Parts: sequence; C-alpha cells; structure tokens
Amino acid sequence: MPTEKKLRVAVYKFTGCAGCQMEFLRLEDELLDIVKKIEFVYFKMAQNRDELERYDLCFVEGSVSTPRELEEIKLIRAQTKTLIAFGDCAITGCVPSIRNWLSQSEVERAVYRDTSPIRSFKVGGIGEYVPVDISLSGCPPHKDMIFATIRSSLLGIRPDLRKHAVCMECKLRENVCILTSLSKLCMGPVTRGGCGAICPTYGRECEGCYGPMSDANPSPLASEFRRLGSSTDDLVRKFRKYAGTSKEFREVSGL
Amino acid sequence: MSKKEVTDARTDANKAEVSYVARVEGQAGINVEVTGAGEASAQFKVFEPMRFFEAFLVGRRYHEVHELASRICGICPIAHQMTALRAVENAFKVEVTAQTRALRRLLSLSAWIQSHTLSLYFLTAPDYLGFGGAFEIAKDNIDVVRQALRLKKLGNDIGELIGGRAVHPISAIVGGFTKEPTKEGLAEIRLRLKKEKEAIWDAVELFRRFDYPSVDRETELVAISSDEEYAVNEGKLTSSSGLNVREGEYRTHVEEKEVNYSNTKKSFIDGKEFLSGPIARVSLNYGKLTSDAKKASDQLGFSPPSFDPFMNIKARVIEIVYALDEAVRIIDNLRLGFSEQPIKAETGTPCEGAALTEAPRGLLYHWYKFDSSGTVQKADIVTPTAHNSASIESSLCSLAPKLLKQGQDLTLGCEKLIRAYDPCISCSVHVTRI
Repeated sequence: MPTEKKLRVAVYKFTGCAGCQMEFLRLEDELLDIVKKIEFVYFKMAQNRDELERYDLCFVEGSVSTPRELEEIKLIRAQTKTLIAFGDCAITGCVPSIRNWLSQSEVERAVYRDTSPIRSFKVGGIGEYVPVDISLSGCPPHKDMIFATIRSSLLGIRPDLRKHAVCMECKLRENVCILTSLSKLCMGPVTRGGCGAICPTYGRECEGCYGPMSDANPSPLASEFRRLGSSTDDLVRKFRKYAGTSKEFREVSGL
Repeated sequence: MSKKEVTDARTDANKAEVSYVARVEGQAGINVEVTGAGEASAQFKVFEPMRFFEAFLVGRRYHEVHELASRICGICPIAHQMTALRAVENAFKVEVTAQTRALRRLLSLSAWIQSHTLSLYFLTAPDYLGFGGAFEIAKDNIDVVRQALRLKKLGNDIGELIGGRAVHPISAIVGGFTKEPTKEGLAEIRLRLKKEKEAIWDAVELFRRFDYPSVDRETELVAISSDEEYAVNEGKLTSSSGLNVREGEYRTHVEEKEVNYSNTKKSFIDGKEFLSGPIARVSLNYGKLTSDAKKASDQLGFSPPSFDPFMNIKARVIEIVYALDEAVRIIDNLRLGFSEQPIKAETGTPCEGAALTEAPRGLLYHWYKFDSSGTVQKADIVTPTAHNSASIESSLCSLAPKLLKQGQDLTLGCEKLIRAYDPCISCSVHVTRI
C-alpha cells in the first residue's frame, strides 16, 4: 500500500454554542484511531495549530451573523474541497434564528444599552452565502453521522446520511406513537431522523431538532396539531424553533 | 476575520496580544501591556458573535424555556437546563420530588465530570506537557489520553442515561423527568464510576506535579452553599467576606457593566469584582467534600481558601474525585420503579422566578418573568464567564509584570491564565439584560 496522506480536516465555529464540536469530541472510542487517518489542521477549541489553507474536509459549526463571518466563510470555501454545514445553526440558523422575526434594533436594545458597537445581522445558514457539499443536521448532529462523514471521505464516496423521518426510527424502536395514541404534538412526521427517535423513546414528543426531512409536508401535520387544540401562536412557535427559516417549514413558521 | 488577525499572536518586550486564544471554548482575545514598575493594563476581549437569547426568549412558553436556554452553551447545556428549570419552577411554585432533585444532581455532576475532564486534559494539560494540543499528547502519553477519554465518556454516558443525550438532553422537563433511568443502566454506570475512582489517583499525581504560575492577590470568592450537601443545583449565594443570601436576592447584590471593547459584560458583587468557579466552591464548601476528595486536596497541596485562579486547575481534579463519589452515593439511594409523573405547573397569574446553580465553570443565574398565560415577558441570564470577566482582567494585570520580571514568555503565561479560568465564551455572549 502506498504511503497514505492524511486528510486535512478543519473545524470552525461561527455563531453557535460549540455543542456540535462537543459532539465531535464525543467520539471518545474512535478519536485515537481517527487521528491516524486524518489530521486536524485547524480546530481552535482543541489545539494551537492554525493552518488556514488546503482543507480536504471543513466542518463549520454555527450560523453566519456578522460581517466578519460573511467574509470568513468565503475564504474558507475557497480553501476547502468538501465543506460541511455542521449542525442546524450552519444549515438554518437553528434556535437563534427565532430572532429573525423580530426587528434587529429591538433585539439589540433589549440586551444592550449602547448598541453602537453591535455588528450582528439576522442569522442564516452558511449555505445562504457559499455552496455547501454536505449538511449534517441536528442540534447537535449525532456523532455517528460525524464518523460516517469522515469514513466516507476516506473512502472517497458520499456519506449515506438519513433523509427519512424520525417516525421510521421510532417504529424500529417499537415505540407507541406519541401523536396518534397520546395526542402529543410530535414533530416526528416532518423531522429528519438520525437521532434514533430519542424523544419518543423517552416518552415525550419530538421537538424537531434535526430540522425538516427531505420533502417534508408540514401543513397536514399543522392541521392535525390544530385539531388537537393547538392555537396559531403555539403552531408558529413549534415550527419557528429549530428550522423556522427552512424552505420546508416556512409555510407554517410564517417567514 | 482576516488571516493576519487569526495568526497574529506576538510578544513585544512588554506586550502580549493574542487575537484568538486557542483551547478555550469560544472566541476571545487578550491584550496585555506592562506599563511601568509592576503596573499593567489588560483587556479580555470577547468577539464571539452575540445571539440575543434574552430577546428571543420573550414570547416563548414556560415549558420550552429550558430547551431553548440549553442552546446557550454546548459545553454546559445541562447547567443551563437545570437553572432554567428551577427558575421556572420557582416562578410557578412547583415543588419537585426528592427523586427529581437527585436525578438532576446526578445529571449536573455528570456535566462536571465531562467538562472538568475536557478542561484539564484537552485545554490545560498541553501547556504543562509542552504540546500545542490534546491530540499531540497522545504520542508520548497514551495512558493519560486514554484516562481522559474514559472519564469524559463516563460523564457523557451518565448524561445520556439520565437525560436521553449528553449534549442538549431531552428528558428533564418542568416538574420532573419524562422517563426514569433503567436499573441496568445505572448498575453499569456505578461499576464504571468505581473503576474510574480507583484510577483517579493517577490524575491527582499528574496535576500535582505540574509547575503552575501564580497570581498573588486576595479577592472575593463567590459560590452557592448549602447546609445539606456540596452545593450544585441549589443553595444560598455566599462569599468569602460573609455574604449569605437567598438566590432571589441576587440582583440586589450583583450588578453588570458594559464595556465597549468586549461582547461580555462585567459583573460586580456589592461593588467588588469576584472569583467564581471550582476554586471558590472548594474553598467555601470544603467541609462538604467526601473524605477522598479532601485526600486529593491534600495530595495536590490545595489549601482552602485559595485566591489564585491557577488553583482552579487543582480544584477541578478535587471536584472530579468528589463527583465520582457522590454519583455512586446518589445511585445507591435512588428508589426507582414508581413511574413518577412530572409535577404540572399552573398558569393563570403573572409570576417571576430566579435560580442560581453552579455550572462547571461557576455561578450561573437565570431569571424569568411570565404573564398569566405562562409566556415569557422578560429574561435575565448571567453566566460564569460574565461573572468572572472582571477578575480575569485583574489577574492578567497582576500576573503580567511578574512574568516579565521572571523572564518568562508573557503571551504563553497570559494564555495559561485564561485557560485556568476555563472561560465559556459562547455562554458569556448569550447575552445579558440591561
């Protein structure tokens, strides 16, 4: 076997909570093997090494919400072969995107007395500004999906990421349906799987933290929620949480 | 950010400027200048983008507050959830069961184990072993890294068992839990806690022998304290100068000031800066530690009270020992199998509630005001790093001239100090109310 060159991997944090990076470091059993095949050339939370060029794989956690990030994502894109929107913030802006429905000046005044140094604008996924190669959904994405992404890159193939609804995984775990049997407002039918249906397995409704599944059709689910007694405000809050800005949820979230 | 800005870490004779400090959670820089005979100025500059949680929490319902507040921080989501839940429950006068309190305490201790391990081994140890990062340590110190990964995984696995998942758990809700952990799961965790406890003395030895810089100045130590236990999720606000008040009185004692060079505000207690975190907890609540945690403290040469922020590192080791002991005790005292249902909150009247807890990094405050429908009207959140930011700058001022005098690398020394505080910068710019 010819001497292998290690994959050059970068992990960046934009506007977010660092939870996705934490999930990366949760690969405790695999990390020591992973670093035999890849090298982290930029991973600010874990090391001093700061290489700013030629990334094979770049994981970007967090959304774009400042002019500085807008410039940086373009620089990163130019240096990266495979750019990964790492988690819901990088895809749709996630929970902080709730503020996109409020006036920016009101938001700033609610928090700071002197708003003049603030340079933030509405949050958006990195895909709004540069082309993205792979999206890892979830708040946070499950570590298995991170591992699958690295493995496929080593093999030179596209990762097999789940596009089906949480319901599929829920059935595989033989849970009683939270929506039809318990009349709880479960987002499972329109939410992308990957979590292993943990919320229904723990006896509660899915809140939709993996964002929309492919071709999600939220309107019928919204009608069902209404039939179960949900007010319009509650409906909007439900869909305006993890992925209110997504094209799939916009018709209900009211963008 | 421009490329130049990112790489630009340099030391002039009497200046240290780091535009983006590595191996801390989040985005911050430091600016230190020694100006004259033992005098220095320092700025801790947080450029982490703001996320305005307190603004968009307004209009959300009481039962989703903890779920949203969790997203303030991916390192300490459990701390934010526990604090938000207690603040909401205080507002609606919900009394949770002893089992819920015990499971929450276990969940929080799992976060301490996980977060302290990350801080000690991944962020701190490379400085003292002479490496740039955690992955490099593995080359010569594979056993150290293996122990770190095991401890971290143990913390995460407890979080997953109790909370459904470790990062942003899902089963803790207002009034209780949606599901109780399995006995099999707890038995397996108990075994691993015991095993790690046996191995922990290697960690005590490792962090004993490092040569830490020191900051010699007395300051106010602040932590929550309880007569019953080593305070984690509940307690009174106490300090080394004798403050002892209920959590609801927090705002009459702690005030915040904005600074124009940083996205994090500074906090002052009765007008004074203060130090919160592991060092304050071990110092103020030493008597509530287990005997083995005290033994670890002796072996590490930690003598309470300590005011030196570098001693936070040793205090983290002591708290891991404590958490391993206490987690076993909690598991042994759990009486599961009664399928307890969460206590319901009754809306109908406007209300407000506050809660103080000890996040891995220190004091965490949440306060919410609700209207009669249970919708958030106002929110106030102050994180450990916001509490410590004034102390960080004063410590930099005190450390810098000393480093110069001793002919040591000013930049590295200042970075070590920042890492000893283990600031959580995402948290600190969530951001706070006026």
